[in-house]
Amino acid sequence: MANIELGGGASPSDEETQLYADRVKVYPKEAHGRFRTIKWIVMAVTLGIYYLLPWVRWDRGPYLPDQAVLLDLPARRFYFFFLEIWPQEFYYVTGLLVLASLVLFLVTAVAGRVWCGYTCPQTVWTDLMVAVERFWQGDRNARLRLDKHPWAFETIWKKSATHLTWLAIAVATGGAWVFYFADAPTLAKQLLTFSAPAAAYFFIGLFTVSTYVLGGIAREQVCIYMCPWPRIQGAMFDSDSLLISYRDWRGEPRGAHKAGQSWEGRGDCIDCNQCVAVCPTGIDIRDGAQLECIQCALCIDACDAIMDKVGRPRGLIAYDTVRNLEAGAPNAEPLRLLRPRVLLYAGLIVLVGIIMIVALMMRPVLEVNVIHDRNPLYVKLSDGGVRNGYEVKILNKQYVPRAFKLGVTGLPDATVQLVGHDSGVVPVPPDQLKGVKLHVALDKEGVRALPDQATQFQFVVTDIATGETMEHNATFQGPPKSGAK
Amino acid sequence: MANKEEKSPEGFGTTGHEWDGIEEWNNPLPKWWLYVFYATVIWAIGYWIVYPAWPTVSSYTKGYLGYSQRAQVNKDIAAAKKQTAVFSDKINEGDFETIQADPELLSFALAGGQAAFGDNCAPCHGRGAQGFVGYPNLRDDAWIWAGSIDGIQQTILHGIRSDDPQTRMSMMPAFGELGMLNREQISDTAEYVMSLSGNEQDAEAAARGQEIYATSCAACHGPDGAGNQALGAPNLSDELWLYGGDKDTLVETITYSRAGMMPAFSERLDPATIKKLAIYVHSLGGGQ
Ligand code: SF4
Ligand code: SF4
Repeated sequence: MANIELGGGASPSDEETQLYADRVKVYPKEAHGRFRTIKWIVMAVTLGIYYLLPWVRWDRGPYLPDQAVLLDLPARRFYFFFLEIWPQEFYYVTGLLVLASLVLFLVTAVAGRVWCGYTCPQTVWTDLMVAVERFWQGDRNARLRLDKHPWAFETIWKKSATHLTWLAIAVATGGAWVFYFADAPTLAKQLLTFSAPAAAYFFIGLFTVSTYVLGGIAREQVCIYMCPWPRIQGAMFDSDSLLISYRDWRGEPRGAHKAGQSWEGRGDCIDCNQCVAVCPTGIDIRDGAQLECIQCALCIDACDAIMDKVGRPRGLIAYDTVRNLEAGAPNAEPLRLLRPRVLLYAGLIVLVGIIMIVALMMRPVLEVNVIHDRNPLYVKLSDGGVRNGYEVKILNKQYVPRAFKLGVTGLPDATVQLVGHDSGVVPVPPDQLKGVKLHVALDKEGVRALPDQATQFQFVVTDIATGETMEHNATFQGPPKSGAK
Repeated sequence: MANKEEKSPEGFGTTGHEWDGIEEWNNPLPKWWLYVFYATVIWAIGYWIVYPAWPTVSSYTKGYLGYSQRAQVNKDIAAAKKQTAVFSDKINEGDFETIQADPELLSFALAGGQAAFGDNCAPCHGRGAQGFVGYPNLRDDAWIWAGSIDGIQQTILHGIRSDDPQTRMSMMPAFGELGMLNREQISDTAEYVMSLSGNEQDAEAAARGQEIYATSCAACHGPDGAGNQALGAPNLSDELWLYGGDKDTLVETITYSRAGMMPAFSERLDPATIKKLAIYVHSLGGGQ
């Protein structure tokens, strides 16, 4: 349906021009070697963190959730181990994101798409899904054979088993996601008894579908066609970045090689196509750097195995710099790690990191905000005095209930009246904000004694138990001074 | 970078477009991408069938589900009403003390009162209840009729000089207009009234005015000018003036009298809302 014929045109060609390409199915072969081992470990660690983190407990006392990582949306709190973030402190999250992207830039400048190749969820889950496929259907050749007989019984049951396992993984992935938003053990019980909130089931469904489709079915198509990162990072490499490359100066001219044959006058590449067979995106690294290459390093493992077999040195495919490739020698140029962009990214990381740490260490456990009533700014009283209204908000960021006393300084003879707290004591529950209405009044003499229409003074909030005090500036507003009132 | 023609095993070359010798590489889109596009088209058609979509001359296609945002809002409002019905019932039944003693109920009443105040009272008393000339400030500590919570409720229910039979009612004579006092007498009285709050300008005139005050004004405003809430007679000895405490304004007041009016709300608002309003106004700082 998608073949569009461009008849005539400036370049008269009899062939049909295909504007839409069929997907070429990739059957990645299993690789063995250093990088494959690293990738297995990274997969175990990242998936382990993802699935298990919500179950880690962290004691915060009797009043707060004891889940180490919890995004408590209804209560608007974000717990991360020792850290707790209130909505107005969301800049910590911003800082974390800035830090994360800087680290990404740095790593990319030094060693290319390390993120893509090892830790990106798309890569990790795809790798897992491929492993499942391999478990049920066998390695590359077996899978190719199965696909030649799509309606054979063997094909059908092996494929069904694969898809069912994928679905199970997908459900577990969606399931793990929702545990980040509620107490995991409680929610797990609710999910099993079908009494969990509808939103939980919805998100499990959503992540089930996306994991199954993106990780199981779409795979490399996501990296090649959907993800913006491959396009962005072109601006982050330079000729000193370590990128997975085929050393053509060593490999060419390529060609089949029989045991015992001389290596004189030919390249080391025996054209065995193993690097292509293991590639999860189905490309040939020997064509040079390509957008499709996620730099997973599996072709290094594949080629190293071949080089071992034919008795040539490893590293025909390796992490190397464009500078070296052009020079045509493995270490033609010393590795230049300290380049301006590397230093810039590293410097920024240190800077943002220090700012974050200082901000976190100075994070107060008590905060006071004062809102002055604006309508009206002041109320004249029958004795000629003036009253101002305030709302004082006390943020208790400790995990225990606290009680506070409120007073004012800098406003002699003011009477302070707490609305609704006859005892003069304001209890604030643990990890909560409490607003109190306050009336501050001055009598006629007091108002007359004020130098200006607006006078600065301070609210003093005192923790009754610890004596910790906190001051906050406020303004007392009176009638205009010039007026003959 | 590899040249597309070299690498593409499918044999894609250029699109065949050529302008002055410049050719366009063909970088084919994956077919599934196209199918996703078709799927969105089908989705859109499904959407038109299920949801309101197309305008017609006088209406629009309603869609199979008959969904409408207005109906949804009405449903939400009804649900919210049902949720708050518990509170509304308690407010209907409870007396003021019970309501004020229950923090949850109190904050519900205050929120409702504030909303109702904005709709009903703010046009005269101001959004912040700060009042204007002739319209009392409800935050200060001076009340013409009553500053207790019951008294405030009574005022809201029946109004002041309204057409409600139980309205609060009193009438100050227009001393000048009716010829009861002449200009000098009025001026002297005004001086005396100013002296009650220590603001007289002419002590002699004030002394003359004292006698007139005793016979003409003291009956309602009290011998010392402290006012009388039962009669709605304002306190003349404090610092607050509804119309103004300067000489000219006082002369005008004595000459022509003042008779501000407030409508009765018993017919317009339900009892629970009036209760919430009374609680809210009482809470503003001046409640007694
Ligand atoms: S070319 Fe090599 S590094 Fe790149 S995606 Fe394929 S296997 Fe991975
Ligand atoms: S695996 Fe190595 S030897 Fe084999 S084709 Fe690839 S580059 Fe050549």
